[in-house]
Amino acid sequence: MKKELIELRVNGRTHELAVQPNSVLLDVLRQELNLTGSKRGCDDSSCGACTVQVDGVPMLSCTMLAASFQGYEIMTVEGISDGAGLAALQKAYGDFGGSQCGYCTPGFMITVRWLLANNPDPTEEEIRQALSSNLCRCTGYSQMYQAIRAVIEAERTDSKPELAGAKL
Amino acid sequence: MITFSVIGKSVAMVDAAGKTTGAGKYTDDFSLPGMLVGKILHSPYPHALIKRIDTSRARALDGVIAIVTGEDAPNRYGILPVGHDETALAVGKVRYVGDNVACVAAVNEEIADQALELIEVDYEPLPAYFDAEESMKADSDLIHENRPNNIEKDYHHVFGNPEKGFAEADYVTEARYLANEVTHAAMEPHSTLASFEIDPHTGKRGRLTVWSSTQVPYYLQHKLSLVLELPMSQLRVIKPLVGGGFGGKSEIIPLEIITAVAARAANAPVKITYTREEVFWAHRGRPRTIIDLKTGVKNDGRITSVDCKVIQDGGAYCSYGVVTILYSGALLGALYDIPNIRYDGYRALTNKPACGAMRGHGTVNVRFAFESQMDEIAATLNLDPAEMRRLNLLKPPTVTANGLRVLSYGLPECIDQVVTRSGWKERRGKLPKGRGLGMACSHYVSGAANSIIRSDMPHSTVNIKIDRDGGVVVYTGASEIGQGSDTMTAQVVAEVLGCSLSRIKVIAADTDLTPIDLGSYSSRVTFMAGNAALRAAEDVKKDIVTAAARRMNCTPEDVVMRDDRVWKRGAASTRMGAISSPAEVSSGHVDGQILRGSVLQTRKQEGSKNNMSFEEAVVSAIDFHGGLTGTGSYAPPVEARGGKHKGAGVGPSPAYSYSAQVAEVSVDEETGEVMVHKVWAAHDCGRALNPVAVEGQVIGSVWMGLGQALQEEMIWKHGLLMNPGLLEYRSPSSVESPEIECVIVESVDPEGPFGAKEAGEGSLAATIPAISNAIYDAVGVRLREAPFTPERVLAALRAKRGMKKIEMTEGVDPTQPKSFREHGGSLWFRGKGPERHPEDPARHGAAAGGAR
Repeated sequence: MKKELIELRVNGRTHELAVQPNSVLLDVLRQELNLTGSKRGCDDSSCGACTVQVDGVPMLSCTMLAASFQGYEIMTVEGISDGAGLAALQKAYGDFGGSQCGYCTPGFMITVRWLLANNPDPTEEEIRQALSSNLCRCTGYSQMYQAIRAVIEAERTDSKPELAGAKL
Repeated sequence: MITFSVIGKSVAMVDAAGKTTGAGKYTDDFSLPGMLVGKILHSPYPHALIKRIDTSRARALDGVIAIVTGEDAPNRYGILPVGHDETALAVGKVRYVGDNVACVAAVNEEIADQALELIEVDYEPLPAYFDAEESMKADSDLIHENRPNNIEKDYHHVFGNPEKGFAEADYVTEARYLANEVTHAAMEPHSTLASFEIDPHTGKRGRLTVWSSTQVPYYLQHKLSLVLELPMSQLRVIKPLVGGGFGGKSEIIPLEIITAVAARAANAPVKITYTREEVFWAHRGRPRTIIDLKTGVKNDGRITSVDCKVIQDGGAYCSYGVVTILYSGALLGALYDIPNIRYDGYRALTNKPACGAMRGHGTVNVRFAFESQMDEIAATLNLDPAEMRRLNLLKPPTVTANGLRVLSYGLPECIDQVVTRSGWKERRGKLPKGRGLGMACSHYVSGAANSIIRSDMPHSTVNIKIDRDGGVVVYTGASEIGQGSDTMTAQVVAEVLGCSLSRIKVIAADTDLTPIDLGSYSSRVTFMAGNAALRAAEDVKKDIVTAAARRMNCTPEDVVMRDDRVWKRGAASTRMGAISSPAEVSSGHVDGQILRGSVLQTRKQEGSKNNMSFEEAVVSAIDFHGGLTGTGSYAPPVEARGGKHKGAGVGPSPAYSYSAQVAEVSVDEETGEVMVHKVWAAHDCGRALNPVAVEGQVIGSVWMGLGQALQEEMIWKHGLLMNPGLLEYRSPSSVESPEIECVIVESVDPEGPFGAKEAGEGSLAATIPAISNAIYDAVGVRLREAPFTPERVLAALRAKRGMKKIEMTEGVDPTQPKSFREHGGSLWFRGKGPERHPEDPARHGAAAGGAR
């Protein structure tokens, strides 16, 4: 299939790319832009490891055509921190064991970031519902809730998150 | 009391930032210049002879660089020396739907897929076997010619005097239990990248480097050497980050060999990453298991004898099967005190993907049967299930009837903890209708005391290099797969050297750089690699201490390494337990001084002789000794290696972990749906080196057990897997996962590193029976077939009430299952499969290679 020239805006930067019309966004991110943080876990939009934000909304990049997302702001896991330090959510996931093998983590980062941006004080039920779009095979999700609650708490008390070793 | 500075503190994994920022690299994240994409052609038949393969049309396609078939690498291999029954690609015969037939290496995935369509294969279908008991009756069309009756291996063990034990019993009961097949479903699909380099001296193809999602780089290096006929020294295996293993990456997966064979044929680097469907075919999960269990007890609940017959449906290849069937019998021991045991284990071959090692290897399904039967006995004899378990405890230190040595034993405290926390005594039997509590226990090895390749080599070796920059580099072959292996190693070394974690860099799992280690399986890393790391750190510490003693005018015994500094005893900081960064306790070095040598050093430190910075101590040691390295290795002690009977090699471990659990469930009697409200899990891990990681492992194990208990099963029809996808194979999502309260019990093992034992597997097995026992407590039905799907629970409830049988389970009452059924009795899914399956309607009308 012949390639076409498209423009994608990813993590605040514009890229001019030649892609096939049938290329999915995940492949373009991973192979053309070398943004390998987004993962392929299932091929069929059932696991959430490839989740990216498109104009602030989490979407599954493994079943989206890259050429259809010109003119949108795409954010991958690489865009969450500023590169100088970890975002509070990333730090909390590390400290509370929310990430074990880490393969599903980029997808969770995107999903949880969306949750907290749209609902700064979610109930336990709302957190569970939001996270159900992503599968994790290591953690049983429990330690993710602890991490998320720590971030919410730090936000609420407006304290600099002092998370390390807070548990146990 | 010993106080630790790093050990016992919850710390983030040393690779956590890479995982949360997306910077961490897994195998599929790598690419090389000129790299090709490999795609594998799989068999649509469960059992067939390959009469002809014609790749000419595929080869003619522009962009196809190489096509390989079985003839290109016919050497047999297998993870066990007794089970070398696999080839990289099928030679003459396929044995399951999904077996590997050919591989295309092409410039991109699209062309590789097109080429697969153009490969013509003529098959001659053979009768196929899908049920283990049926398969064992076969006398023709055997799956492997050298395995009569399609039996891979059978073992018959007798310990004590089982007949006498049953004769002494006041009550004897027996039943059949079935556990359906489950798989790891690690989030990362297997991936391998292989690249040869040209030898500068011969000018020909030389060394091969393989990046792979493996739990055991050393085994992969070993098997690649067998198949490619290359010396191991010419092979380098690198394990990048691995996205979950659970046993599914603990042996050689076909793509790991196929990728290398394809790279050799293509004269270019090749990467193959499985699709999710291929991951299910590669499998190596927990087999369908039939357990016929008979237990004899005295009236007070004391067990006198156990008779256990196990049949495992192992799939088409041996894989870890011989070990799995031995674990099933061996770990009847070491949990409770059972004086008399008879065990008959059969590992059968069938035309389905091979089963192998999965979290709780070999022990899980038998534990489901055993703990369920204990609960049945307790109910019959009107005993408290917790009391019955307490009555049958071991009295360590001891050696069990089947030769397992048990030293540390935290099971009694585990039981106490979950009994107290769950309100077992107050609440059990007093919950509202449809709600109940169930208890079960389990245990697991902290690494196998005997390696699968019999030799005298140490099971783990760790090397440490410290240089004048003050950095500590630790080289270990142990494989980080998400469980915290690298972090554990760093913690152990930091504790011994009294330095901060940030000083330590762990280089792991690269066969060129790191000493041989048996990898991450059978929960061996903390105990074995941890002990090796401890010894390596002590080895290098010795040199630092002698040099520092000389500088501080004291004896080596009076040198203390703590808080990132080296102290003369008595002068040590009182800031016990602080983990400080090197910057925080900066030594005041002028840049360049370290490299300029000891003369300046000596001058600078005159007058200040009761402590020095870590860097100063290191420089002194290097100047004094001429280099600063340490090495340590670990091999299990002879006393822990088990008995002398055939098959005694599997089961013995230097230490066992223990777990007790209580599950609280409610059962919807209209729909059969089981809801787990909470699980209390107490786990004896010896000593928790990193409590947050231990908790993560225990919760993760319980959660995985919960999946097997309620919803996970591989569903087969004519050897075709009906649910090879993450939506269809339903592991629990966040909305289906209950609260799991983890209690860490520390029995402090005398031989473990700082007393530590395993934490990653032992808790899984107790969850399934804890839930089935809770279902019994809630609604009075005893489910003897796992998982306890709504169909099965409903069928059991209706059978109990004498109502019409339900169609979904083909009328079978799961309280008295006889054999596995096609389609499993579950309708969770609609099913999908490879389009080329001969019975797929989509195939009708297409050119067929002979219908069955």
